[in-house]
Amino acid sequence: MIPIDLPTIWAFIIAFAVFVYVVMDGFDLGLGILFPLFPKKEDRDVIMNSVAPVWDGNETWLVLGGGGLMAAFPLAYAVLMPALYTPMIVMLLGLVFRGVAFEFRWRTTRERNRWDIAFAGGSLLATLAQGIALGAILQGIHVSGRHYAGGWWDWLTPFSILTGVALVIGYALLGSTWLVMKTEGELRDRAYQLSWLLLVAMLCAIGIVSIATPFLHVQYTHRWFAWPNIILTAPVPVAVAAVTVMLLRSLANKYDYQPFFLTLALFALSYAGLGISMYPYIVPQSITIWQAASPANSQLFMLVGVAILIPLILGYTAWAYWVFRGKVKAGSGYH
Amino acid sequence: MFEGWDAVVLARAQFAFTMSFHIVFPAFSIGLASYLAVLEALWLWTGREVFINLFNYWLKIFAVAFGMGVVSGIVMSYQFGTNWSAFSDKTGPVIGPLMAYEVLTAFFLEAGFLGVMLFGLDRVGPKLHFFATLMVAVGTLISAFWILSANSWMQTPTGHALNAEGQFIAVDWFKVIFNPSFPYRLVHMVLAAYLTTALVVGAVGAWHLLRDPHLAGPRVMFSMAMWMATIVAPLQILAGDQHGLNTLEHQPVKIMAMEGHFQSHKDGAPLILFGWPNQAAGRMDYAIEVPKLGSLILKHSLDAPMAGLDTVPRENWPPVPITFWSFRIMVGMGLLMVGLGLLSLLMRFRGTLYNSRLLHMFAVAMAPSGFIAVLAGWITTETGRQPFTVYGLLRTVDSASPLAAPAVASSLIAFIIVYFVVFTAGVIYLLRLMAQPPHHGEEGPRSDVPARAAGITPAAGAVAEGAAR
Repeated sequence: MIPIDLPTIWAFIIAFAVFVYVVMDGFDLGLGILFPLFPKKEDRDVIMNSVAPVWDGNETWLVLGGGGLMAAFPLAYAVLMPALYTPMIVMLLGLVFRGVAFEFRWRTTRERNRWDIAFAGGSLLATLAQGIALGAILQGIHVSGRHYAGGWWDWLTPFSILTGVALVIGYALLGSTWLVMKTEGELRDRAYQLSWLLLVAMLCAIGIVSIATPFLHVQYTHRWFAWPNIILTAPVPVAVAAVTVMLLRSLANKYDYQPFFLTLALFALSYAGLGISMYPYIVPQSITIWQAASPANSQLFMLVGVAILIPLILGYTAWAYWVFRGKVKAGSGYH
Repeated sequence: MFEGWDAVVLARAQFAFTMSFHIVFPAFSIGLASYLAVLEALWLWTGREVFINLFNYWLKIFAVAFGMGVVSGIVMSYQFGTNWSAFSDKTGPVIGPLMAYEVLTAFFLEAGFLGVMLFGLDRVGPKLHFFATLMVAVGTLISAFWILSANSWMQTPTGHALNAEGQFIAVDWFKVIFNPSFPYRLVHMVLAAYLTTALVVGAVGAWHLLRDPHLAGPRVMFSMAMWMATIVAPLQILAGDQHGLNTLEHQPVKIMAMEGHFQSHKDGAPLILFGWPNQAAGRMDYAIEVPKLGSLILKHSLDAPMAGLDTVPRENWPPVPITFWSFRIMVGMGLLMVGLGLLSLLMRFRGTLYNSRLLHMFAVAMAPSGFIAVLAGWITTETGRQPFTVYGLLRTVDSASPLAAPAVASSLIAFIIVYFVVFTAGVIYLLRLMAQPPHHGEEGPRSDVPARAAGITPAAGAVAEGAAR
């Protein structure tokens, strides 16, 4: 059904890189979004210390997503980036602010508050911009020849705002369940409460986006509801419901690890839904993965590296997480 | 606002601005990562406390600088698409894989081991920690390998062909990666990074020696840095000369601009030391020149003929004044570095390395010289290859994104404001860290957490590791 050729393999690799990015940087950005809700310095130190050793690796997946897209699907990269100009620039500036805050806030007492604001604001902006970019891609992009042919505000629509807000809620939920896993005491209790609220909000967001998406294009409707596609698409919402029930139970039972990983499962299902809507387009309704693909020798050259290096990268990344496993103690950082 | 502006000029300004801010940090962290690996190796080997103190001291500085390099680097990886989409579409199949390999072999390696390097000594023990430091250092060098290969291919493209869509495609990956200017550029840049770091380390050491010539840490770092300046600065001049000869072979027009050779010379070209390049009139005003020396340096013969810009169509001229002057700034910095190295050698033999105020003040003044030289060198090579992005094949004006001027102007202003706010703060924090001398029982990057036992040794590190569990 899905032909196995290089562009398809690469579409899955890029999708994988972006998903790993969402998994890893999602909670990381989510912590920034939740930062204003934890005004105590001790709590903030713990929150920062829970990701300080890994945030840089998390953001590297974003570089792989962008760099990989340029290498494997240069036409898509060349059309999408100018189309998403403003959200991309805002995302990059947001990431600058939050990235430097990790080190800067330890280097000053007087200005610490300023870098806490930079961390929170940068995380929020970057997430909002990513969500808006996603919505802007889904709603379609004006292409002429091999160029983006729209204006520089085309990305701004109610739908893209909706996906932007949805992603903020989603990352915040990842952040709060991460805190449940990595912290103790009062901070953890607070994270539980937040997780409840955010889960309800996230379910609403998934619902609204799911309802709105098929109305954007008749192709989406066809993809989800036409026979026999529905045999393959119907399990997605069913699985979402099942994961939701498990997630509610794990929160009610105050489990440590389950809420975070079940939230990731929720993200994976939403992401699969996105893939179902888009495939085989890389720029919806105008450029397919085959049209955008690099020549076979470019894709093959990189595939060798990916096949060898990605398992290795996942290995030592897992090791780094393992080194810093367990609860982060207040006041002691990782020492 | 900005409707009348040229979107391509704005995009070039934005790329130059963000790139110039970015390159400063990798240039520093490539050298510093290797220096940290050397310090930790010396600590493990000798067990002397001064080395772990210096390691922790520079590790804090590394953490801040590396963070700034990462965030300004992410900007670069997306800017190809946002502002140079036509370039990305056409060259993506060739340089995209090189950059993808940079991410896979270098960025992940650095990022994956950075956390352990910064915060993990107590958790993994000294041996494994040293391995992490080594991986970060190796990662920075691998990163230099790939990105300089990509840049060099844009300067001296080989091993490619064009497909029906007008994209460059690779015919021979080996020729693409090891294109003619790559080995020279790689050596020149890695040496530059090592020198830049050595000059900063030396300046910090000298600064503290000026206050107290007996401090153990500053003495060690100053001595190490001055050895680097003594040995590497002359090597760098040699490498630069070879790189120049390579450029003469593959990008002669760039050399014409660097030398200010508007006119051709049939029997020996002069070396123009200084002058005012008049691009509009196509001549050098107020030139101070040494006859025939240009031919001697570039062709190793006094009477060798040299073609000038008068043999090149005007539309293919690079901006001569910028190329000419940035080259002179770089060379001037290089000569000062050689001077510092020689002076330090003299003082070393006289036994006054740690007491010579003159040498120390010279070293402090040279702190930014590496950064200035790196920036000036990159400005020379990037301006000198204009008006092309892929040399001789793809013009800069045909590389830009189809964006309206107001969009690019807004982002450029945003970058300028944000970078000045963020990186000024960062530089202040770095200077504040450097203003403190390294001391007994120096802590790692989290100085506000309760102190460990002072005077940690490799063996004590293992004990502390046990205690932490």
